[in-house]
Amino acid sequence: MDLKLDHHSKDGIEIVDVEGEIDVYTAPRLRELLIELVNSRFYQLVVNMENVEFLDSTGLGVLVGGLKRVRAHDGSLDLVCTQERILKIFRITGLTKVFGIHDTVDEAIAARRAEK
Amino acid sequence: MATVELSFTALPAHVRTARLVATAVARRSGVDESLLDEVRLAVGEACSRAVEGHLLYCPAEPVRLALTESAGRFEVEVTDTCERGEDPAGPGAASSSAADSRIGAGLGIAVIEGLADDVEIRETPEGTSIRMSWPLAEAAR
Repeated sequence: MDLKLDHHSKDGIEIVDVEGEIDVYTAPRLRELLIELVNSRFYQLVVNMENVEFLDSTGLGVLVGGLKRVRAHDGSLDLVCTQERILKIFRITGLTKVFGIHDTVDEAIAARRAEK
Repeated sequence: MATVELSFTALPAHVRTARLVATAVARRSGVDESLLDEVRLAVGEACSRAVEGHLLYCPAEPVRLALTESAGRFEVEVTDTCERGEDPAGPGAASSSAADSRIGAGLGIAVIEGLADDVEIRETPEGTSIRMSWPLAEAAR
């Protein structure tokens, strides 16, 4: 399973659907997509990781890099993830405190709206 | 001698192969199913780190992965042979992709140490070796 990337707008927020494995080989493609979205002035992002089968620190680095870029424009990058094996990696590295992590895309959007 | 040894060209595309081989050998050796995700991730982290170092300093040298069963444990050793000098691009000269991957590299060791209960990282002038191990299930001993 390689990496599949897709994105669409929902309620003014750009949803990025990620499917497959995010590792040292595939992470550059996710990085390029996040940069491209920021360059196209999408600063409110939700990355849906429900179909991610594998995530390593290279992937974490790309997500943190994406967060830095949107924050430079007062934007946000939230995650959707309920898979224990993926959540564990965020917990070990302390990144659960850095990202908003939600159970569904709708919850992520609602939480973002409530903060505005 | 290791149960299985793998030597691969330092390319990101081969890290997935290394993960798959390590997970398959771990399962075969009798590592509990519940630990296989940890083995897969920790081996991936160690190999990614080695590949990134090799790409910077010695792209022609292969990365080595040794998988061994011994004394009731499944042992993994990832060895790189690059002498890490100064960042060739120089500090501050890094591109955005290099900056992201450096965040990842620092996290990589944190992930390995969080996953394997037994980790030994040896840095020598010739390179780095990361050795980690997991228990074999009782029935497999």
